[in-house]
Amino acid sequence: MAETTHTDTTPDITPDTPLDGGTSALDKKARLGTATIGRASIDGFTEEGERLPGGDDGTEQLGFKKHSHGNAPVIPEASRGERRRSFDLADFPPLTGMEEDWRFTPLKRLRGLHTDELTGPAPAIEVTGAGNVTVKTVGRDDPRLGRGATPEDRVSAAAWNAFSEATVITVPRDTVAEGEVMVSITGRSADPAAQYILIRAERFSRAVVVLDHGGSAALAQNVEIVVEDGAELTVVSVQEWDDDAVHVSSQQARIGRDARYKHVVVSLGGDLVRLTPSSIFSAPGAEVEMYGLYFADAGQHLEQRLLVDHATPNCTSRVTYKGALQGQDAHTVWVGDVLIRKAAEGTDTYETNRNLLLTDGARSDSVPNLEIETGLIEGAGHASATGRFDDEHLFYLMARGIPEKAARRLVVRGFLTEVIQQIRVPALEERLSESVERELAAGNL
Amino acid sequence: MSTLEIKDLHVSIDTDQGNVPILRGVTLTINTGETHAIMGPNGSGKSTLASTIAGHPRYKVDSGSITLDGEDVLSMSVDERARAGLFLAMQYPVEVPGVTMTNFLRTAKTALDGEAPSLRHWTKDVKTAMSKLRIDADFAQRNVNEGFSGGEKKRVEILQLELFRPRFAILDETDSGLDVDALKVVSEGVNREHSKGEMGTLLITHYTRILRYIKPDFVHVFIAGRIAEQGGPELADRLEEEGYDRFTAVEA
Repeated sequence: MAETTHTDTTPDITPDTPLDGGTSALDKKARLGTATIGRASIDGFTEEGERLPGGDDGTEQLGFKKHSHGNAPVIPEASRGERRRSFDLADFPPLTGMEEDWRFTPLKRLRGLHTDELTGPAPAIEVTGAGNVTVKTVGRDDPRLGRGATPEDRVSAAAWNAFSEATVITVPRDTVAEGEVMVSITGRSADPAAQYILIRAERFSRAVVVLDHGGSAALAQNVEIVVEDGAELTVVSVQEWDDDAVHVSSQQARIGRDARYKHVVVSLGGDLVRLTPSSIFSAPGAEVEMYGLYFADAGQHLEQRLLVDHATPNCTSRVTYKGALQGQDAHTVWVGDVLIRKAAEGTDTYETNRNLLLTDGARSDSVPNLEIETGLIEGAGHASATGRFDDEHLFYLMARGIPEKAARRLVVRGFLTEVIQQIRVPALEERLSESVERELAAGNL
Repeated sequence: MSTLEIKDLHVSIDTDQGNVPILRGVTLTINTGETHAIMGPNGSGKSTLASTIAGHPRYKVDSGSITLDGEDVLSMSVDERARAGLFLAMQYPVEVPGVTMTNFLRTAKTALDGEAPSLRHWTKDVKTAMSKLRIDADFAQRNVNEGFSGGEKKRVEILQLELFRPRFAILDETDSGLDVDALKVVSEGVNREHSKGEMGTLLITHYTRILRYIKPDFVHVFIAGRIAEQGGPELADRLEEEGYDRFTAVEA
């Protein structure tokens, strides 16, 4: 099996599009389950868990296996940069599930977002905080809409064509937002609906915007994000939906000169959540950080497909996504596309994804893709690892007197905290830490 | 005074090739205040004994007993054994990403004592113990063993020994991979704790050099899963000169 962790620190011109269809054996590795302590032994400890660390290669910690590339048949693209972008729904043929970008998504569970008219009521939006940030509800003819983002898939195009009014959040020029902008998005209907949100950080402004999703919904959503020159914007998208919710969201950001953009995804609740966050550099000197945390329970499908499009010189990007899974048919998908175009000299990029399988029956797909069209870059690398909870960790912690449950929580909490800490909104960090605790408790861990 | 008593212990592991016996009747008694050295060639079962005492699930106890002051150790879970006062300094301490040393040490201490340590004293104790073992203060904020060198990991094991204050310490090749300076520092740590007179020590080693710094009261030579010979410290000197050849020759 061709499983490697690519770390391309030298600027080789080696297009890396791992569409080879290698098999994913990783989902079979979750054996520990919610094993309980027997008398003198711990159920579920296997020979496999006996691998003693021989050296510090830094790539297989926490018992992580290196990534594989999925096993579905694939319709390959020559380059991620060639994917169709259009506002016209007719440009995207009806989905079959064979498409490269839909191959992991259970279409049956989309509740018609990819087939039906999106005529349901959009989730209610309430914006609070930061009095010096303007919030407007506008008609679909507002000329600002769609200038910074173009749909890249059928659901996104359908959402573009279906929304009746949009919410526009503007951080005015040279303004530092007074506190966080909390955008509470509450679903109230199971009918397929469309929603459009535009977040604009004007030149040299600074703000944190939190999109806080809850309730029940079948939502096709486009979030357009414009980070103008010199602006500093953090967008946090929290998915704490009810159990039946379906949420497909395109969150495209267009990044100006010397701007700084941070995007944080936290997906915990919902039946099916599929986010496609993109960062598209439009001018030199900008920095992007993209973080994600997802915690899938039994039956949940949490998918994230990222794009970092280095189209201009001297930009930096860092991507860190971490996921935990527990329960039968918990499924997570992470696809990280990084494209370094010919013009993007001096690019410095690194993306990493780690997944922790806590029980049997969960499946995690992780696919980093790095395409490099110029050799004149600072650095480009990616790492992806998926593994089950490591029995040797458990033994180590228990051998210090820590009971099994506490030991598991200590590790999972530690694993996920790194991402939560990136939000830097204390009240939200605290709330999400509590949510993670609840997830752990629900999984009987 | 406490006694750790191992009687006619038979241990095996399950492998793809079937069940493989490793320990074939080990009997050993350690009292508080004593230091026992277990020496032997690779594959003789030394580390298996250490891991079995700590309760590593890989090892299957086929017969025999381990008791701590009469309490059946084999019926205890791994964490219960630790709380009963057994401590294994591991040969290969694992890295635990995401869990800081500070958090780990405090969590373990709380679990071991049944109550959280007084914050003020604890912080000071940790600091002092770290400095004595010449562990950089910034290690406290790093994740458990993550990115530590082999020598640093061993020092951190001894740091835990000093902070957790077990009734019996089992040191599984703590000396392997240490340079002379680190060996001295680590040995001093063990001696500091041992000299308090409240701990028994089982020192497992392949080499005799650590016995220059930690003086054993008893030396046991492990060959093929059994104690082939035992004696006082002079046995170690003899092994240093002769190696294990005379034992392995008999085995062959």
